Amino acid sequence: MAQFTLPKNSKITTGKHHAAKPGSGQKLRRFKIYRYDPDSEATPRTETYEVDLATCGPMVLDALIKIKNEIDPTLTFRRSCREGICGSCAMNIDGTNTLACTKSIADVSGEVKIYPLPHMPVVKDLVPDMTTFYAQYASIKPWIRTQSSPPPDKERLQSPADRKLIDGLYECILCACCSTSCPSYWWNGDRYLGPAILLQAYRWIVDSRDEDTGARLDDLEDPFRLYRCHTIMNCTKTCPKGLNPAKAIAEIKKAMLARRAV
Amino acid sequence: MDFPADRNRGLKMATRSRPLSPHLQIYRPQLTAVLSIVHRSTGVALCAGAVALVWGIVATALGADAYACFSDFAASIVGRLLTAAFVFCLVYHWLNGLRHLAWDTGWGLEIKRAYATGWTVVVLAPVLTALSLWCLWT
Repeated sequence: MAQFTLPKNSKITTGKHHAAKPGSGQKLRRFKIYRYDPDSEATPRTETYEVDLATCGPMVLDALIKIKNEIDPTLTFRRSCREGICGSCAMNIDGTNTLACTKSIADVSGEVKIYPLPHMPVVKDLVPDMTTFYAQYASIKPWIRTQSSPPPDKERLQSPADRKLIDGLYECILCACCSTSCPSYWWNGDRYLGPAILLQAYRWIVDSRDEDTGARLDDLEDPFRLYRCHTIMNCTKTCPKGLNPAKAIAEIKKAMLARRAV
Repeated sequence: MDFPADRNRGLKMATRSRPLSPHLQIYRPQLTAVLSIVHRSTGVALCAGAVALVWGIVATALGADAYACFSDFAASIVGRLLTAAFVFCLVYHWLNGLRHLAWDTGWGLEIKRAYATGWTVVVLAPVLTALSLWCLWT
């Protein structure tokens, strides 16, 4: 049964306010950030930081790095590529999930609220524990599975039309923005695979070089793994890469029906 | 995963005490998600409404007295409010159900289309409800 409220150890209190130094610029912006320190007994809190945008880069990640460098070195978050291709800095900004590195501060009005990806165990501050998510990804065996032996003198080839089928799927960077935006995944994340993993599953189902479509569909034919998708569509709305997991899931459901009709 | 036994235990202990990040509390409501939960709620309400519908049908079969009791209630303010709610649920669930049928064929899952059809339901549902009630009560 879904629990709609936060457990006792997860309730959020209001923490410190870090005011900007007097006389430090005109373009001040407040960043309200979720903090959790695993080394203390305290429950999570939010802390507010005033950042001078005149001396800060344009993206939310720039502000986070500036806060860590200049105001509070204990602030903890994941980041790597700073250009939207690694997926490390996925978090909830201004109410929706996105990548801090590609989210412009100018796109947020007023205080910028930053939380970790929703409904995840928090390791520290903005760092969620992704263990289950990665285990679910491994469970779909996300690699090419073949029965035929490969051609002796070349790779397995694909026509341009077949190659086109994986456009909009192969671009997924597994940042988990979509899965952690999905209420179904919130309530049944232990058994429902969630939009990201199902999009990846479909990426292999439509790949003309893969020869294990039947087994892939068998694995998904389950009331929870696939069919907890109720087309809520938070996934597609929030995807920072502009992909469409909801559509990929609908295509899997169609493939299930199509093979039953044969 | 081949963690050494002691490290694995440490991992499990750490996981148990980890707080859960906020979800419903902080996620900005999205049109598609709101329409989805309303679809489910109206579905539940329609089940309850079906019982009242059965009451009406049975009352018709039982004779004039029973029917008078039912129709008096239906004409009362409470009865009318419940009727209006039922008709709204019916109209909304039907319109939004059409979206679900389209999605099942793979059509309309792009954000632009999902929003266009979603706003159409938002506008049409009250209008059709008002029309139906007008036909019902005049």
